[in-house]
Amino acid sequence: MYDAMLAETVTITGHNGDEIKAYSARTLQVGPVGGVVVIHHLPGYDRQTKEFTRRFATGGLNAVMPNLYYREAPGADPDDAVAAARAAGVIPIPDERVVGDVAGAAAYLRGLSNSNGKVAVIGHCSGGRQAFLAAVSMPLDAAVDCYGGFVVGTPPEGHPLHGIPPLAERTGDLSCPLLGLFGREDVAPSPEQVAELEQALKVHGKTYEFHSYDGAGHAFLQVDRPSYRPEAAVDAWQRIWAFFGRYLLSKGALCALT
Amino acid sequence: MCTYLTEKVSISGSGKGPSGWFRVTDASVYFDHPVHAQAEHTLNIDFLDPGAGPSARVAVELTAESARALAEAIQATLDSAPPGLVT
Repeated sequence: MYDAMLAETVTITGHNGDEIKAYSARTLQVGPVGGVVVIHHLPGYDRQTKEFTRRFATGGLNAVMPNLYYREAPGADPDDAVAAARAAGVIPIPDERVVGDVAGAAAYLRGLSNSNGKVAVIGHCSGGRQAFLAAVSMPLDAAVDCYGGFVVGTPPEGHPLHGIPPLAERTGDLSCPLLGLFGREDVAPSPEQVAELEQALKVHGKTYEFHSYDGAGHAFLQVDRPSYRPEAAVDAWQRIWAFFGRYLLSKGALCALT
Repeated sequence: MCTYLTEKVSISGSGKGPSGWFRVTDASVYFDHPVHAQAEHTLNIDFLDPGAGPSARVAVELTAESARALAEAIQATLDSAPPGLVT
């Protein structure tokens, strides 16, 4: 497996034509290869999610993670940026803006010289919901929702997402196969909410693959958090690689580096 | 889950960050995922001077139990100050 890659911060065109920074990790294979838009979690464009992004490049894909908080804090440390965005009252980032930034990231990937034109999206935590949001908002080739909350169900009164129709109502618009990775001890999404989403996918005849793990709650993929569950995470990564091998490369040429 | 819930309050005082002391004018208080603390959710406080940029910030991430203890200690300290000092 040829695992050389180049990782760097780049500028992409996001929502509303805004120039934002993004973390790009690209395989140095001639290609053609698929690409992955990585949506960071609430704590931001951080070291852990950059590692997540590089992992795809070492496995033979291109990947890019837009900095969803760049507008509020250009050049700031990731934790300061999310704090600035929170203080500015833009947390959670409006869905329309997320969609625009993901679309810009997807266009960046498709424009790379070694691209095969296929693009997936993956996100964890709030990014899991936003991955589903992207997949019902634009043409994509695959989507991975890692324990995204509030895809189904109504957030409690006072929650910033309260009053926004559940994304599951847009399941009919899902443009690509969906891989869902969940912990059975999670409360958002709860096992009941995962089942509700699965039912919506069935009703609309969508291609999907769900895996729920015993003994795992929210954020079981986060290696530096107490929520990390290695058994679930190792299996989940194998599922991710297999899923991307199926939908991003025509010959399933990916090598699983788990 | 991400709560996203944030209480914002105007404050007056100073904080010390990596570049030294600076005035603080705003605070964000929220119970959400931490960046560093080893807990799923923590009570987080950002002491800020937005006019000086995102890095003008002193941040703490506290377990719920320690946050309550801190709040009680702050209240008790203010209550026990000699008469006339706290306005």
